Amino acid sequence: MSTGARIEASAPASAETQRRHSTRDVSALLAYWPYVVGFVGMFVVWHIVATRLFVSVLFPPPLPVLRKAGELIANGQLLVNVWASLQRILLGFALGSVLGVFIGLLVGSFLTVRRLLDPVVETLRFIPAVAMITVAVIWFGIGEFSKVFIILYGTVFIVIIATAAGVASIPVNKPRAAMSLGASRLQLFLFVTLPATVPYILTGMRLAMANAFTTIVAAELVAANQGIGTLLWQSRLYMEVDTVFVVLLTLAVLGFIVDRLFRWAIFTFAHHYSPVG
Amino acid sequence: MALVSFRRVEKVYRPHRAAPYIAVHEFELETQPGEFFCLLGPSGCGKTTVLNMLAGFEEPTGGAIAIEGSPIRGPGRDRAVVFQGDDSLFAWLTALENVEFGLRMRGVPRRERRERARHYLDLVGLSGQDDKHPPQLSGGMKQRIQIARVLANEPLMLLMDEPFAALDAQTRLLMQEQMRMIANAAKTSVFFITHDIDEAIMLGNRIGVMKAGPASTLKGRIDVTLGEERHRTDSAFMDVYREVYEMIREEVLKSAKGMPRRPERVQ
Repeated sequence: MSTGARIEASAPASAETQRRHSTRDVSALLAYWPYVVGFVGMFVVWHIVATRLFVSVLFPPPLPVLRKAGELIANGQLLVNVWASLQRILLGFALGSVLGVFIGLLVGSFLTVRRLLDPVVETLRFIPAVAMITVAVIWFGIGEFSKVFIILYGTVFIVIIATAAGVASIPVNKPRAAMSLGASRLQLFLFVTLPATVPYILTGMRLAMANAFTTIVAAELVAANQGIGTLLWQSRLYMEVDTVFVVLLTLAVLGFIVDRLFRWAIFTFAHHYSPVG
Repeated sequence: MALVSFRRVEKVYRPHRAAPYIAVHEFELETQPGEFFCLLGPSGCGKTTVLNMLAGFEEPTGGAIAIEGSPIRGPGRDRAVVFQGDDSLFAWLTALENVEFGLRMRGVPRRERRERARHYLDLVGLSGQDDKHPPQLSGGMKQRIQIARVLANEPLMLLMDEPFAALDAQTRLLMQEQMRMIANAAKTSVFFITHDIDEAIMLGNRIGVMKAGPASTLKGRIDVTLGEERHRTDSAFMDVYREVYEMIREEVLKSAKGMPRRPERVQ
């Protein structure tokens, strides 16, 4: 007891700051209460609807779904399928983004390239990636490459258009200033056009990623041995309704996490500058 | 030899599906090395067109522009430009990185370019703001970064396009006073565009007055023989003001009434 009293007496200031810190943390958390309520509320409403209003084996309430999710995580089935899908998404998305940024920068920078590629981009982008599944399977079979191709296809046009729009939005005085400071064409491209376009590129990639989730499920429903879409399709065949809902929940959570990562990246890499200003 | 020479320079814009517009016509001008030259004219008279052609951003449709006797081919680091707004700053770089941009393009070693960039940030009164990004700084500070950025690159001359026009009145006065000191300290020639008579007299060794557009040309030139210390309330300053005012008044009225001469027909 005496020790405790001594410590308290010797460090009143730090105790004071600590208290102030914790109240600040609490008030910061309190500001998020609608967010938490919204999240929890979603599950509560789901529970009430499934147990009171629309009771059916075809619509499981959240608790059995979560229990099933635990089961599928424990036996590794969920993670194996999620990982299979994620690999396809990440590979196709990365390739599509690199290609899209490259083409987008060219389209945005050179009028001739824009005129050459505009007809291609402006027609092909209206063929949904989902519609390309058929062609991909005919061309590449049901192996990994067909899925990667479809994701790439769905990513590349969104990133091209976002990047080109970013280049077009660069105020004319930026390249002019750089050239007056002695920048060569290549330097202009690397040190002005590219960094000025980054926020647009990230925004385009964020949209493309949301798209990739839609596409991968559709592709795996049709042609895959593994993956989250395959899991969805198989559990429908065996009428495992709980598993169907686990897959839906997984898609929601995965999408949420990936999108938050993008938001974080956009704020981290672009917070201190508005793209135009 | 003249630093800059414009010989019968003409700029005609030919917009798609609209009548051609003659911005400047038969424009003649010479400036000397070390001169702080102010080009003064009513708004819309083609001042910026003249500067853009000198900077190499636009090509004249007739005549010739030369710098130290050699014709201009596109933008170059001998003619550094300070723009009116702040949209020419690289917002993803810090103040220091903006200032050292030209040196970096030329491959000056990091340590040396840092040192030089700091020197010029000090010169424009921005010491200690190295790591701030442009959007975090005030309008006056951003224009100072632009000035430091061009000075650090040690150009043959500065081209300044109404650099203080968008600032608030107090900051503008301060920047005008400091601009003379900075130009003297850096020993650089300046080609400065403004529509503000006061500003032209505060800064210039020589003032060129332009006619109202379209088909604008130089109306006259006035040598400013005031010393380094210039005060708006001195009688000598007022005398120059009167002289410039008399010359420009007619042009301002023309452009303000929106009754410019009809554009000449071009073949």
